[in-house]
Amino acid sequence: MNEIWDWAYTWEILPILARASLVTIQATILGFILAATLGLVFAILRMSQSPWISLPVAGFVEFIRSTPLLIQIFFIFFVFPEFGIVLSALTAGILALGLHYGTYCSEVYRAGLANIPRGQWEASTALNLSGYHTFKDVIIPQAIPPVVPALGNYLVALFKETPLLSAIAVLELMQTAKILGSETFRYTEPITLVGIFFLVFSLVTAALLRQVEGWLKRRGGG
Amino acid sequence: MPLRSLVVSVILAFTAGLVVASFAGFREFLPGLLQGALVTIQITVGGSVLAVIAAFIAAIGKMYGPWPVRWLAVGYIEVFRGTSALVQLFWLFFVLPHFGILLEPLTVAILALGLNVGAYGAEVVRGAIQSVAKGQWEAATALNMGRLTALRRIIIPQAFVRMIPPWGNLFIELLKATALVSLITISDLAFKAQQINQTTFRTVEIFTIVLVFYLAIASLITVAMRALEERAAAGISRGRS
Amino acid sequence: MRETNGSAGEAMPMVRFDHVTKAYGSLTVLNALNLDVAHGEKVAIIGPSGSGKTTVLRMLMTLERINDGVIYVEGEPLTHMERGGKLVPANQRHLRRLRGKIGMVFQHFNLFPHMNALKNCVEAPVTVLKMPRREAEERATELLEMVGLGDKLGHYPSQLSGGQQQRVAIARALAMRPKIMLFDEVTSALDPELVGEVLNVIRKLGAEHDLTMLMVTHQMGFAKEFADRVCFFYAGKIAEEGPPEEIFANPKNERTQQFLSAVLEAT
Repeated sequence: MNEIWDWAYTWEILPILARASLVTIQATILGFILAATLGLVFAILRMSQSPWISLPVAGFVEFIRSTPLLIQIFFIFFVFPEFGIVLSALTAGILALGLHYGTYCSEVYRAGLANIPRGQWEASTALNLSGYHTFKDVIIPQAIPPVVPALGNYLVALFKETPLLSAIAVLELMQTAKILGSETFRYTEPITLVGIFFLVFSLVTAALLRQVEGWLKRRGGG
Repeated sequence: MPLRSLVVSVILAFTAGLVVASFAGFREFLPGLLQGALVTIQITVGGSVLAVIAAFIAAIGKMYGPWPVRWLAVGYIEVFRGTSALVQLFWLFFVLPHFGILLEPLTVAILALGLNVGAYGAEVVRGAIQSVAKGQWEAATALNMGRLTALRRIIIPQAFVRMIPPWGNLFIELLKATALVSLITISDLAFKAQQINQTTFRTVEIFTIVLVFYLAIASLITVAMRALEERAAAGISRGRS
Repeated sequence: MRETNGSAGEAMPMVRFDHVTKAYGSLTVLNALNLDVAHGEKVAIIGPSGSGKTTVLRMLMTLERINDGVIYVEGEPLTHMERGGKLVPANQRHLRRLRGKIGMVFQHFNLFPHMNALKNCVEAPVTVLKMPRREAEERATELLEMVGLGDKLGHYPSQLSGGQQQRVAIARALAMRPKIMLFDEVTSALDPELVGEVLNVIRKLGAEHDLTMLMVTHQMGFAKEFADRVCFFYAGKIAEEGPPEEIFANPKNERTQQFLSAVLEAT
């Protein structure tokens, strides 16, 4: 029982961890959809002419970016119920992930928006396009494709932070590994397997992102 | 950007005022939170020092080392960037003892976070070194400097200024990651927050104060790094004139 | 400040600059400019760089705020509106209504790179004028044929030459049925051999459409042949204006003489 690596145990827990990885993936996907959407909203609001809108949003983004995700998870899970908003642990976790990475995505979008030549805004004004159509039809379609790789990096970063949801007992990979470890007093296999899962997923995603980047470059160049 | 620090300080003052105004039992648990904050700062500083050292070694090893060193550096960077900080923390905390290595939780915390951020820092260092003009290397070679001397005396001093802003971001990432150590029973700020919350149930106030604490430390890092950047930039331009 | 008189609308010029001032910080670009442009008139604006000539068009297109004075379009204040007998800064609705009368062609085309030629000309009519898409496409096709690009509807800006892009830009502006067209150095970014095709399109527009036109240009030959009136700008003011024959053949202002002799020498 005290060997360095127990293969029988490994095969026993692998299916359990595989099932838990579905929760991790679910949190990643939903969290990132939220982050990508919120990020765009923050970025656009920060461009507002009115300082009454742009400054509070800038402050909020700065605040979220400067404080730990773990505390934000606790805040949403423990503090929101005080105001009558009771969320399941998974929902609270996804919300926190989405909000936290939404502020990172907003910086990415801001860079993309800043790279749109002024002439595009001026042409839109000259054609009398409304603010909504200027954004939707002219600016956004040009601003998003170049920042897709940067957004992808944050998808990977968000994915790597999903183990934090274990702190509010969401049964994702890390929490499952911890429970398995505490039941059998063998932490080596579950935690190492979780580590390998993250490493493989990250490396594969990074390779995919490089492909997308290359494809976008070719498309932009042609 | 002065705007950024302005916004931060306004929010800070506003929230602090709100908390103090609305909350009478403030004094009861402030000492506990301050103790936690000290631990958080300790881990942040220790982790940052380790991160910088690890980053330089890994970056230079990856760029100029003989192949075993290069592979080791690449392995370190990819593994620590590819897995989650919490996984690394748990691995060092739960798995190392299995191999007979028993470390203090605080040491584990500094080790895990420092190595994690160091892996990201290695890429920062590498990028900054590569951004120094090729002519500088050629001039150093023409003066018959060795590779390490050229790096130390010519290249890194120039790359240094460029590294400061990304390092500032990494230190803030490290600060934020310190909250994870509460999950391996270290009584940092995040741990104290949960502990006090379980006895007083003043959930709103506690977590708000804790967020403001983190924000304050992060602002401190930002201000310090900006000052450092200005001094370093002034040094370079003085050298140029 | 001048009173706006609705009943005199008939007599009002198409465009009126009334003591318009524009400054960037301490740099005054336009200094109490007065300029009237009559319905259907074609005005060429010439002058050295930095004289404020492009700013005139950009203010009329509301791309730049003005610091002082009032611009009128068909007798209505452009960047102001009347409220309780006073002129106050215009709201978005007022701006967009008046902007609808004006079209602009830019030096660097500013085509939307992610839309093909047809889509560039269809976008605004559909979203702003609420034109049915099919009708907008028909009209855009006609306009693109008019500028000689009937065979390039599906081409993206990156697949077109500079001259072709600029002709798409002209069609795009026309698709909004403006009464006033602004041309801001529209041939300056073009290779010399492509200038002619763009000028030909503008000539055709002048002949076939009832448009008021203001153009900032360095093409003195074209200004001379095409414009009803030439305004020479110097240091934020109109130093001299008149029919092109007069300005080019017999300039009275010393600055105009210097400028013209320098420009003509260079070409």
